[in-house]
Amino acid sequence: MASNTSFEKYKSDGSLQGNLLEWFDARFPATSMWRGHLSEYYAPKNFNFWYFFGSLAMLVLVIQIVTGIFLVMHYKPDASLNANGIPVAFASVEYIMRDVSWGWLIRYMHSTGASAFFIVVYLHMFRGLLYGSYRQPRELIWIFGCLIFLCLMAEAFMGYLLPWGQMSFWGAQVIVNLFSAIPLVGEPLSIWIRGDFVVGDATLNRFFSFHVIAVPLVLLGLVAAHILALHEVGSNNPDGVEIKKKKDANGIPLDGIPFHPYYSVKDIVGVVVFLMVFSIIVFFAPEGGGYFLEYNNFIPADPLKTPPHIAPVWYFTPYYSLLRAMVWPLFGIDAKFWGVVAMGAGVVILAFLPWLDRSPVKSIRYRGPIFKTLLTLFVIAFAILGFLGTQPPSYAFFGVIPSAPVAQVLSAFYFLFFLTMPWWSKIDKYKPEPDRVTM
Amino acid sequence: MKKLLTALLFAPAVALASGAGIHLDKAPDVQGDKAALQSGAKTFVNYCMNCHGLSYVRYNRLTELGLTEQQVKDNLMFTAEKIGEQMRVAAQPAEQKLWFGAAPPDLSLIARSRASEEASGADWLYTYLRSFYRDQKRPTGWNNTVFENVGMPHVLWELQGQQILNKEHKLELSVPGKLSAEEYNKQVADLVGFLVWAGEPGAGFRKQLGFGVLGFLAVLFCVAYPMKKRFWKDVK
Repeated sequence: MASNTSFEKYKSDGSLQGNLLEWFDARFPATSMWRGHLSEYYAPKNFNFWYFFGSLAMLVLVIQIVTGIFLVMHYKPDASLNANGIPVAFASVEYIMRDVSWGWLIRYMHSTGASAFFIVVYLHMFRGLLYGSYRQPRELIWIFGCLIFLCLMAEAFMGYLLPWGQMSFWGAQVIVNLFSAIPLVGEPLSIWIRGDFVVGDATLNRFFSFHVIAVPLVLLGLVAAHILALHEVGSNNPDGVEIKKKKDANGIPLDGIPFHPYYSVKDIVGVVVFLMVFSIIVFFAPEGGGYFLEYNNFIPADPLKTPPHIAPVWYFTPYYSLLRAMVWPLFGIDAKFWGVVAMGAGVVILAFLPWLDRSPVKSIRYRGPIFKTLLTLFVIAFAILGFLGTQPPSYAFFGVIPSAPVAQVLSAFYFLFFLTMPWWSKIDKYKPEPDRVTM
Repeated sequence: MKKLLTALLFAPAVALASGAGIHLDKAPDVQGDKAALQSGAKTFVNYCMNCHGLSYVRYNRLTELGLTEQQVKDNLMFTAEKIGEQMRVAAQPAEQKLWFGAAPPDLSLIARSRASEEASGADWLYTYLRSFYRDQKRPTGWNNTVFENVGMPHVLWELQGQQILNKEHKLELSVPGKLSAEEYNKQVADLVGFLVWAGEPGAGFRKQLGFGVLGFLAVLFCVAYPMKKRFWKDVK
């Protein structure tokens, strides 16, 4: 498995390609970067299904940026009413959908891409849980990842305001209002965020600015940091063993294969399969059953008409459930404030995983029954919390079991899973890790 | 274990929806029937468009329903000069608000916004337009079982006739209209079909294109997968 960098054969042969490459290499680390990150970046050879989602997340990021660039060419962040009495922003989205050539495709790719982004990122994070990818020495990769997740939430939230439909408006109203629950500074803070007493044109314009410039810039920087940190320490794998411990005479990990061409050709297969699923949604079910594009958002924003049920988009609903679970005004402070704290803590606690997990082994393959059981319960709890977040708090399972106490118990479990991890991860049984990876 | 986790992750939260709400009739699907969509356009222009705009749709888009521009100009364009204009109401929204209390909403997206987990927007509209009944307590003299205390009077009453709400709380025809129940249902189905079309005129093309894209991706898979296999032959 020698280096497969075919273009390097031109070097020093006096050909035009060779001379150009040498000219570049003297001024820019082209060849060394190609080697360091692709042709001589050695990844474990035993990656499985779960390892597709990192590269897919990058693909979706590119889809979002490219479609976003074209949407901005026709979208107008303007809350004033046009001659037909419809907000300009809302009308401009429909203009894209109907009058801009291929605008519908660009818009559906962007709206589906938002949900796809969270699907692949949630699966990518779950992979980290399965195989202990956050463990030493990959703590920083994990923290950068948590920051990416946080940025993604901000990006999605602000982007959702832009179509200026009923759910855009009232969703933003509800979430920004949450900040008003913070004691003393809450009220002025929420006005400062909105730039107005209600969500209005000022809010729309600043969210637009953040959505298309500020947050994507931070996101790209974090993605670069995430990948640089990954390539510094090397990838984990489904066995959770370090391939760098066993190297051949040339210093190449025995269980490593160059990322390019092995994983580039493998990821192309993943990309094609992903694009098939993505296309099925874009072309045949762009509303995603009301989960990707909410039905109420086909009604222009109306500050005088509050919808009977305001639900965030599905990817926020597990955290929205954590928020709603807090109904006690502790220490004399509004319960809403504690809801915000719970929601924030629910995201932030993920970043502490590298230090909460005390298991002697990384991968689920060698971990004991406590981990397997609790992780399964965690996934179930997360899914149910997500479902309940789409429903009104009055929802009852099968029409009889009230959902509010269920959501509270599951929220408590969500936090206990992490908070008690130092204890149960230590006492859990484990099997010895192998020396080398298994295929 | 791995399989169980995978299954759990992909299975959406399984729980039965409890929402009982109003029963909505299934609207006939007329999207493939150009004559029905044309009839719906005619009903819309003659009955609905006095108050409701369809402002995201331009008149020349109606040619996609199998009409020529001349036919559209002669039969459907009453308040516009040029074929490329939007299907707007003559009245200003502000005036309408003054007259009716609330401006009648633009109907371009009504079929999409009325959809719910339980039924499509078409089902809602199809049931709604057949559920008006006489109610002297309302300023317009009309009420509706799907949309309680609706502001709109029954604009199609001449066609359907007048319904009343009987003692069992069921709708009952008290004064027959110009059309039989069957004819009226057909006319409403056509109108609803037209509104569904107007919600996304490109939807038909979108689905057609989707098959092409999936076909292309299938071919690409047939290239990508063997390529991966070939490269990975020596990885043991």
